Amino acid sequence: MSGTLFDQIWDDHVVATLPGGAALIAIDRVLLHERTGAAGLNSLRAAGRAIADPARVFAMMDHIVDTLPGRSDQTLVPGGQAFITETRAAARAAGITLFDVTDRDQGIMHVVSPELGIVCPGLTLIAPDSHTCTQGALGALAWGIGSSEAEHAMATGTLRITRPKTLRVTFSGTLATGVTAKDMMLALIAEHGAGGGAGHVAEFAGDAVRGLDMEARMTLCNMATEFSAFAGLIAPDQVTFDWLKGRRYAPQGAAWDAAIRQWRALRSAPDARFDAQIMIDAAAIPPMVSWGTSPQSSVAITGTVPADANPAMLAYMDLAAGAALIGTRIDAAFIGSCTNARLSDLRRAAALLAGRSVARGVRAICVPGSSAVKRAAEAEGLDRVFVAAGFEWRESGCSMCFFAGGESFAEGTRVISSTNRNFESRQGLRVKTHIASPETVAASAIAGAIADPRKMTRQRVLADG
Amino acid sequence: MAEPFTSLTSVAVPLLRDNIDTDAIIPSREMKSTGKTGLAGGLFAGWRYLDTERTPNPDFVLNQPRFQAGALLLAGSNFGCGSSREHAVWALAEYGICCIIAQSFAPIFASNCVRNGIVPVVLPGDIIAMLAGKTLSVDLAAQSVRCDGHSWSFDIAAGDKAMLLQGLDAIDLTLKHQDAIAAFHRHDRVKRPWVYLELPHA
Repeated sequence: MSGTLFDQIWDDHVVATLPGGAALIAIDRVLLHERTGAAGLNSLRAAGRAIADPARVFAMMDHIVDTLPGRSDQTLVPGGQAFITETRAAARAAGITLFDVTDRDQGIMHVVSPELGIVCPGLTLIAPDSHTCTQGALGALAWGIGSSEAEHAMATGTLRITRPKTLRVTFSGTLATGVTAKDMMLALIAEHGAGGGAGHVAEFAGDAVRGLDMEARMTLCNMATEFSAFAGLIAPDQVTFDWLKGRRYAPQGAAWDAAIRQWRALRSAPDARFDAQIMIDAAAIPPMVSWGTSPQSSVAITGTVPADANPAMLAYMDLAAGAALIGTRIDAAFIGSCTNARLSDLRRAAALLAGRSVARGVRAICVPGSSAVKRAAEAEGLDRVFVAAGFEWRESGCSMCFFAGGESFAEGTRVISSTNRNFESRQGLRVKTHIASPETVAASAIAGAIADPRKMTRQRVLADG
Repeated sequence: MAEPFTSLTSVAVPLLRDNIDTDAIIPSREMKSTGKTGLAGGLFAGWRYLDTERTPNPDFVLNQPRFQAGALLLAGSNFGCGSSREHAVWALAEYGICCIIAQSFAPIFASNCVRNGIVPVVLPGDIIAMLAGKTLSVDLAAQSVRCDGHSWSFDIAAGDKAMLLQGLDAIDLTLKHQDAIAAFHRHDRVKRPWVYLELPHA
């Protein structure tokens, strides 16, 4: 064996080779959401095509559903209710598994799928959502596709893929205190560009990656798409297996034992050849924050807006070249999304918020990544910490990462956000988004301005920071 | 299934920025129906209109009279990055864009283009800058872009080229491999039985 982890998964899934270097690749799991679920399922039905294996297709409600307490099918999205009701009807007609609006298992697809063990090491998993790469954290080849490709995967159990190249990103050393997986990805993208991973499957390796818990690994892989990578991937290890064991759709009993024997072999050989390699000293990574409208426009939180910054971007962000990020006033703070809204994220933010209050005039919102995360957080009292500090505590969904639920921040406001994209108007018309870790969002919410979480003591250590 | 693409002659509409994301191509707030149509009005809404009344922004390139009939976009690197929303491509196609020439494309977006009959062409940035506002001819069979007596060739995956040229449906093509798919599953069910799930109900 001398191949990479990606090569192993690819070779296990080749159904046929196609002309021009492409292959027909077997797809083990398809996930849908209500933004495009109805379009895809109805389009298949109109073409008279059946779903090849409905037991391996799952639909979730996260992109349109609102996150207000006591919610129903109604949302503030124009025409939003139809997305929900039509996806529900189409999912039922197709016989696929649906996690509905009020289901205990509702949540953001890339939080729910790992929670339930829908994704497992060595699988291929696709969804019409670019952040599907999140699930590569479990050693699965998981990637985002369009709606037409989802139809193709459902109808045939396969996709036609041109084999991507391989890239290993090695984070050596140990992360400094107060530095997280989010900062690792922002540092990578800031240095190598938002297109830096194009055409490659990025395997994240090295001591700093091995040292991350499962949820932090998901944060790392989540932003592989912001690096333009085909997918992000982390070799499964004991951390993965311990996390996955006993989850609903993971293999059980003898099947678990058989599966785990296969999974232990899922790793790049010591002499594996990658098409490209990037080495990063993890110990040198500081907390990061974005200043512009691409994730690559990110700097150390103690840094300044670059002198050669794009003038259009500066005008949009209402920042001056050379300005310090720390101290920049914010209007709102958001903790949520498939990037950073798992239980460990909420614990770390709560450790800073405990005994403190959000600055006057700052709107602060926390949206747990899944209904299960919300229940677990409430069981340990995190909701009370958030609410006491002045945060809104919401139901789960994609929420204000991008107008999901039809809500957005007020026009032109400046928001610090634990999400993955700082694109123009993504969180509201002319909203200026700064992306950062949950602890940086929490610290900034308290300060009323972008703040360094390392300068703030944790009032009550709820988890390892 | 899309219309076959053989060749195109059009003015090249320059949107020469890097990292134009699919939120910019069609904002979430413009995706108002569960289908794949009715999206052209929302194309580049944040740049194309001055307000929610959709007053055209005269500075935006698509609103300039010489570019209004343009079927060919020019862009920088990493075009179509961000959200996988195929609505971005549906909106471009409905608006009348048939070909995009960029320094590079985000991978999901490029695949969505091919599925919907839009030809993604990669050329170097200095050539793209030179082509801005000119009338170009794109010949897919010859894999060439021509302008003012000059010609540049481009690469495209053979499978994508065939699908675009003939307007083929990918699902139809794949279903021709049904025997190979069935054989794969017979073998795979033995090798990786844990991959296969049962529905809880009959």
